[in-house]
Amino acid sequence: MNTYAFFALVRKDLRLFFTDKRSLMMSFAAPIAIASFFGFVLGGPTDRKASRIPVWIVDQDQSGLSKKITDQLANDSGLELRSGDLALARAEVQSGKARVAVIISSGFGERAGRAMFGAGEKPALELLYDPSRSPEAQMVKGILTGAIMQQVGKEVFGGETGRVFLDDSKKWIDQATLPEQDKSILRDLFRSVERWNQRTDTAGAAQPGPAAMQTPYDLKEEAVAAPGVKYNSFAHSFTGMGVQFILFMGIEAGVSILLQRQRGLWKRLRAAPISRATLLGSRSLSAAICALIILAVLFSFAWLVFDVRVEGSFAGFIGVALAFALMTSSFGLLIASFGKTPEATRPLAIFATLVMVMLGGSWVPSFLFPEWLQKATLAVPTRWAVDGLNGMTWRGLGLDQAIMPMIMLAGFSLLFGAIAIRRFRWEVD
Amino acid sequence: MPALDVRDIRKRYGSIVAVDGVSLSVNPGEMTGLLGPNGAGKTTTVSVICGLVRPDHGEVLIGGRHLQHDDDPVKRHIGLVPQDFALYEEMKAQDNLELFGALYGLAGKQLQDAIHRCLDLVGLSDRRNDLVSTFSGGMKRRLNLAAALVHDPDLLLLDEPTVGVDPQSRNAIFENLEGLKRAGKALVYTTHYMEEAERLCDRIVIIDHGKLIASDSTQNLFRLLPSANVLALELEHLPEQNGWRALSEVPGVKSVELRGTELFLGLTDLSEAAPGVLAWLAEHGIRYHHVSSERASLETVFLSLTGRSLRD
Repeated sequence: MNTYAFFALVRKDLRLFFTDKRSLMMSFAAPIAIASFFGFVLGGPTDRKASRIPVWIVDQDQSGLSKKITDQLANDSGLELRSGDLALARAEVQSGKARVAVIISSGFGERAGRAMFGAGEKPALELLYDPSRSPEAQMVKGILTGAIMQQVGKEVFGGETGRVFLDDSKKWIDQATLPEQDKSILRDLFRSVERWNQRTDTAGAAQPGPAAMQTPYDLKEEAVAAPGVKYNSFAHSFTGMGVQFILFMGIEAGVSILLQRQRGLWKRLRAAPISRATLLGSRSLSAAICALIILAVLFSFAWLVFDVRVEGSFAGFIGVALAFALMTSSFGLLIASFGKTPEATRPLAIFATLVMVMLGGSWVPSFLFPEWLQKATLAVPTRWAVDGLNGMTWRGLGLDQAIMPMIMLAGFSLLFGAIAIRRFRWEVD
Repeated sequence: MPALDVRDIRKRYGSIVAVDGVSLSVNPGEMTGLLGPNGAGKTTTVSVICGLVRPDHGEVLIGGRHLQHDDDPVKRHIGLVPQDFALYEEMKAQDNLELFGALYGLAGKQLQDAIHRCLDLVGLSDRRNDLVSTFSGGMKRRLNLAAALVHDPDLLLLDEPTVGVDPQSRNAIFENLEGLKRAGKALVYTTHYMEEAERLCDRIVIIDHGKLIASDSTQNLFRLLPSANVLALELEHLPEQNGWRALSEVPGVKSVELRGTELFLGLTDLSEAAPGVLAWLAEHGIRYHHVSSERASLETVFLSLTGRSLRD
């Protein structure tokens, strides 16, 4: 191989890359800006206070139970509770200022306890929500259900209202059209509740304990990564955007070969006494070097500004980065081998890349995908790049966990490279 | 030994015959013009010569050796000036030449000396550190030539090297090429500008629809025409009757035509036929007060050989 020619071609590609303002903007500024934005939107640093969901509550019942439910919701760290009348709450949700409005209808407190034992009609609880924020509505629904179950349970198993519920329920059971055996079991249940209430009354404050129904667990929240590693959403966003924009650079590397064809440069290069391996190899090496430089700049920025660290194996991080850089360069060659003209090829390649990065979990982590899609995306190289880089950064995994992504990315490199070489049009136009 | 020997090359693209049995030979210090209209097969012929396109039939010898593979050292003897500006416009002139020199294995002082020589030759030494994108079309053409010369090839293939060039740059390129010819380089000059070929080339190869129509020295090609020259005489008065028609019997006169008081004579060879014509006029008392001659062009030769114009 003519090494002078090989390295002259690599130098030429790097020089062209670093003198092209558009490519610098696309490779460095754009991913940094977008990754920073996504990092903030998706949570930011772990020590940052999570944003609270604005919720309006309309208490039309004004009972003791509804007030207790309202108080519990107000104390929830995930909600920013405001109260008002129905018209105002509806207007707030409609305008997008509030995500959800909870309407506790009149008679809720009275009917909820009875309904718990199947006696009487269930009271209505209305939830108004912004259709564009349905995931937040689901979260509010969960918090609300927990609060209601807890407060209604307290009432039934301890409060004054609970005793009334029990008396009413015993009367109801006599009239109910249930099998005698079921009636007998329910009477036993009510007697047990009565005995429980009498016992807690006698024990009083002298014997503190579970005087009412409570949630059967204490929820402890912790973002799980390696021991001592805190999740930093910037790590994922910089990985995702890095993968995406490095692939864009790969597209440009491929399109540059088509441009050389169009401008007659390919003819001049092919007329020189250099092998096909020199021509394609130099283009691959220069693209891989660019990919590594982009990744280094992005993660250096993320480290300096957002404290993103390689919490896992640094060798693994380098290995995955190298394998991804090689995959990017062979992806570029693939584009050059399938493309006819730069104008026709670039949009198609961008579309294919966007699909690939989306499926690879660059935008949204792949664990949020349906299970079948998670399995299917194992056939997408970006999935291995994103998982590999995430594993070595915020997940804090060891070198052994980098092996599989490295093997898979190297495999994709070989596959793309083989197809590209087979399909490449060597004869000049 | 010829610097280039092309023997009966043929190339098809599907049903289209691009080159159909073209042969030509170029010696050192000689410039051969490859002429033909657009789509005649000139560029394909050049591509076959420098190994960019594999011919279906025939062979190409560069300095007596076959070109075997992509990195064959034989390619170092060839310099290609493509029709396009095959330059990296985002790079400086110096950087372009460094790259193209390195492709041919040049490095260090040898490369820098070669770049210096080539930039001097094309008159761009003072612009060596400027981006090519800032160059005029003529300057780009000259740098395009320099890029093909940086490795000092024996054979230079020029594919329409003056397209879109201003007259000043065109003359500069012509002077460069004449200098290279004097320096013993073999040149193949592809063009459809007949006047360029007439001025520069020792031999002309005319191809049309991929076929070789004629291949000879410029002089001999003109001899293929019935009238290589036209002699025009402005007569003092109209000759009596039609006696002037007898001029066609003078040796070397192929045609005679009278338009008003102007007499036009088609001659096979001006130097051979003109004295006889003038003597005949004197003998028959036909006086004239102005004589001019006009040579037929290669355009006329092409028209005569193919029945159509080069720019059709």
